[in-house]
Amino acid sequence: MTGTTSRPPRPESDSALILPRYLQEDPSRRTPVAFPDYRSTGLRAPLRTPVDLPQRLTEVTSPVLGEDRVRPGDNDLTLRLGGEAQGQRIIVFGRVLDSGGRPVPNALVEVWQANAAGRYRHVVDNWPAPLDPHFDGLGRVMTDSLGRYEFTTIKPGAYPWGNHHNAWRPAHIHFSLFGQAFTQRLVTQMYFPGDPLFWQDPIFNAIPPSARHRAIATFELDRTQDNWALAYQWDIVLRGREQTPFETDDDGDVA
Amino acid sequence: MTSNEAGFPEDLVAGGWVDPQILAAADQEQRLPGTPTRGSGFLTEPFRLGTSPSATVGPYLAIGLTWGDGPYAVAEGTEGAVWLRGRVYDGAGNLVPDAMIETWQADPEGRFDHPDAPAGERRFPGFRGFGRSSTVTPPGEYGVLTLKPGRVDDGKGGLQAPHVDVSVFARGLLDRVVTRIYFGDEEAANAEDDVLASLPDDDSRRTLIARRTDDGYWLDIHLQDCTEKGMQETVFFAV
Repeated sequence: MTGTTSRPPRPESDSALILPRYLQEDPSRRTPVAFPDYRSTGLRAPLRTPVDLPQRLTEVTSPVLGEDRVRPGDNDLTLRLGGEAQGQRIIVFGRVLDSGGRPVPNALVEVWQANAAGRYRHVVDNWPAPLDPHFDGLGRVMTDSLGRYEFTTIKPGAYPWGNHHNAWRPAHIHFSLFGQAFTQRLVTQMYFPGDPLFWQDPIFNAIPPSARHRAIATFELDRTQDNWALAYQWDIVLRGREQTPFETDDDGDVA
Repeated sequence: MTSNEAGFPEDLVAGGWVDPQILAAADQEQRLPGTPTRGSGFLTEPFRLGTSPSATVGPYLAIGLTWGDGPYAVAEGTEGAVWLRGRVYDGAGNLVPDAMIETWQADPEGRFDHPDAPAGERRFPGFRGFGRSSTVTPPGEYGVLTLKPGRVDDGKGGLQAPHVDVSVFARGLLDRVVTRIYFGDEEAANAEDDVLASLPDDDSRRTLIARRTDDGYWLDIHLQDCTEKGMQETVFFAV
């Protein structure tokens, strides 16, 4: 089975069980669960203050998901159903790190997105933009031993939605990551630099201003491919572990 | 001669070893070496990258997050397997038919297959510990086939009651919300559980305790109170 970490397992006779503790980003730099301008949060986001849950075994562990979750071709969204997707071909790449700067290796990254016209292949998306017979919008990759990921896709289009009059979602790619602990689970969206739709999008604006730049990829000329594709880099940072004196003796987790 | 309010060693100043520009700037209290105004170049706290901000899964999550085997934390037909089921409701008391729930739990002996958990023989081959279910069909309802977890070390020499950690994702939630499923037929263990004990009252505890059904357990998740329908908001946790 593919492990999620390079560290050796604990000995069975671990009398004093010392668990890692995952740091929480300051609330002023985290996306809140509710945001009034995003109307759907009104009846869905819980209203009570969440209760602090101690981080114990259930919270500091997570499923060991291996290569068997990824099929050949899952890293190229431009080739589907026997043909090539329409649109601007791009390479999206980056690293998955924790907030201590450590790479998160062998981690499953799931992505989904609209097609070049801004239409999702989904039963509830029926706005008048064309579906692409050769684009399903689903990708899956594993990070490598240095936490790197890469996939090829087409740049998604913007699309209208019903939040307010003439509301448009900026172009984005959805990302889902597990990391190595329940505490690290993250679902998020990657945006493209310079999008003129940011200012009117409540999902983007729900991110505190000091953290918004972390949701936006950068154009990377060095990774473009001649006669083939443009390239965008997006590094993803999951919650890291609190430093403990024990880590200085056990550097196996510093890849 | 420039004064030396920043307190450089006098012999250096007298000897002309300190750049007059630095002395002058220091006297204006604008560019003191080693102060935040000047900038030392050194970190003043441990190095940390800012975490990536979360975002909603949106309405089209099924495209990217559907697993054929998602609801099966164990294979069908596994001895002792139970269905964890329930419905997800919003603040109007309506079903939420486009959510996804994920479950994570110990095996029936309270063990986890993970490098940060104590090692030991895993006696439940094929047990993934993780389940993922949409609430699309039947509308608003989730279902995960799993083994009932055992009791897990509480880190203080005691044991937690059997529990399943649950993440709820949906359009209208900008981050996941986290809750737990406990088991109604574990009264003795539940009474000793310090997470349950930390909740303000029995009404809160009840929102986390699943009832036994013919094929497993049932627990509804209420994202908000809906007083006219007598629904109480589920206890959610900050992890």
